[in-house]
Amino acid sequence: MYAYDEIDRTLVNERVSEFRDQVKRRLSGELTEDEFKLLRLQNGVYLQLHAYMFRVAIPYGTLASNQLRALAHVARKYDRGYGHFTTRQNIQFNWIKLAELPDALADLAEVGIHAMQTSGNNMRNVTSDQWAGVAPGEIEDPRIWSELIRQHTTLHPEFSFLPRKFKIAITASDHDRAAIKIHDIGLRLIKNEKGETGFEVLVGGGLGRTPFIAKTIKHFVHGRDILSYIEAILRVYNQYGRRDNIYKARIKILVHELGIEKFSREVEEEWQHIRNSSLQIDDEVIEDIRSRFTYPAYEKLPHMPDELRQAAADPDFEAWRRNSVAPHKIQGYSIVTISLKPTGKPPGDATAEQMDALADLADKYSFGEIRVGHEQNLALPHVAKRDLPALWKALDKLGLATPNVNLITDIIACPGLDYCSLANARSIPIAQELTRRFANHELANLIGRLHINISGCINACGHHHVGHIGILGVEKNGEEVYQITIGGRADESAALGNLIGPGVKFDEVADVVEDIVEAYLALRERPEELFIDTVKRLGVEPFKERVYATR
Amino acid sequence: MTSPLEQKKIRIAGTSVVTANRTWDGAVVYRTASKGWSADLSEAAIVRNSDEAKALLAESVADDVGAVGAYIAPVQVGEDGKVEPGNLREQIRRTGVTIGQPAQV
Repeated sequence: MYAYDEIDRTLVNERVSEFRDQVKRRLSGELTEDEFKLLRLQNGVYLQLHAYMFRVAIPYGTLASNQLRALAHVARKYDRGYGHFTTRQNIQFNWIKLAELPDALADLAEVGIHAMQTSGNNMRNVTSDQWAGVAPGEIEDPRIWSELIRQHTTLHPEFSFLPRKFKIAITASDHDRAAIKIHDIGLRLIKNEKGETGFEVLVGGGLGRTPFIAKTIKHFVHGRDILSYIEAILRVYNQYGRRDNIYKARIKILVHELGIEKFSREVEEEWQHIRNSSLQIDDEVIEDIRSRFTYPAYEKLPHMPDELRQAAADPDFEAWRRNSVAPHKIQGYSIVTISLKPTGKPPGDATAEQMDALADLADKYSFGEIRVGHEQNLALPHVAKRDLPALWKALDKLGLATPNVNLITDIIACPGLDYCSLANARSIPIAQELTRRFANHELANLIGRLHINISGCINACGHHHVGHIGILGVEKNGEEVYQITIGGRADESAALGNLIGPGVKFDEVADVVEDIVEAYLALRERPEELFIDTVKRLGVEPFKERVYATR
Repeated sequence: MTSPLEQKKIRIAGTSVVTANRTWDGAVVYRTASKGWSADLSEAAIVRNSDEAKALLAESVADDVGAVGAYIAPVQVGEDGKVEPGNLREQIRRTGVTIGQPAQV
């Protein structure tokens, strides 16, 4: 966990006071909506279909148990008893009243939570690997660098009025769980031949109506130079990025139009002006941030405790353990992913009661720490293996032990037309139906790893472009129509999916996915060949034939 | 269900209303004939051509304190005078999400 200092606490508290005054002036009519909109967006407040939506930041996906309880409290007191975890390590409340928002923010501020950098054309919440600090083989904890960037960018005037929103993600593992290649800037933490910490820097990734996979702009930037290099990128973007057309304003468009070589030269030139400035980071700064992260006092535990050996006889426990429990860098411990994808329920939602209970379980089994992943699941990062059977039973009682992590029902979905003012079609009901169709866990395990991502409009909050199966809802002649892509992925081999053919109606989507899956099961060379690999080997055509042969 | 945020021109094909979200709580409201807002669609002022729609929208937008984000939305008026939303988006805004909210554990 990271411990905020007095500067952070003052900043967060002052922000609440400012926003309280702004809301008061808005409600009295002193501020018009046009004047107020920018202010509310700087505090994570959107206006959606039914109500205001309040988006709260969970920097680099790390939450303390008391912070999760505070989120539960906000859900219960100011909303309708639940929250929605997003694809960028935020949580959204869908029914909040503007008049009560300052009180909700004040309650969150007591535990160091805020809504800065969750909306508006500024630097957004820096995201990272939800297994940061505990993943085996990780180069070092990427959250230290995430926190450095957070501190530097929060309310930074140069980054507060960008052409469009700007998102950074960091990973420090070979396997990318932070989806860095679909971010404006992706940072991959690496060591050079001298053993010094630095980053491969990628730029220009993003989804939306013009999707791009990020390109490497520099193979190694030393850690001490990372702020100046990021700032150089931002300055080039600020100078050349388009502000006349919202659809062409993201940095990905600029990188694409200039070309990565020219863009790179511009950044390099800018960087040379500022590289040796106060932006160069002293080791003491990094060490100070590092010292503010506390790590558990792990016990020396056996690799295979008796409790785990005995529980292995229970097939239900084993089904959950197989896909929810991952190796930890410390012997005797595990990382436990908690599926927020129960059959028939909206992906990513958690009730206040679940959040409270999970906070208790985190205190009991995970040193009081919870993580939030971009796949809209949670994780307990420090669970002793001996505690896994007891934890599983407790999670099962809460409806949080669905054994489907990374399987076909572990679906990413945006709120869609049920909540979102931008959406053209519903996402959540499609996800719900698919979780019912594939509710048989034996079938899901037979299919193996398969990610379905669903968006309710071209803005792609559900990351449909990078789903193994991507589903995009659009509107055609007043009806919801869904375009299906296959072959996308968001990991270190990130790729955009390819359209399989004409869109299908709402009621046909689950049938089409079933057809695609049946085709895969028939086409794969062996059970270990994942869906994504079969698509890569064979292309779209055989799946297209299967889907449209009878339609 | 093209988002009204993309509503570039005011062209109405039939009966319409002006809808918005109430400022203090964001609730869905409809402009009434008495220059107020109501959460009840049946109390909405009905317009039938572009000129009427423009006038009602202008009046609604001017009431910036009462509600925000005003736009024109289609409705269907039955023979009995009952007013129903004209598309799925407005149906959802009127009756709520189609998915059920998470059950309390």
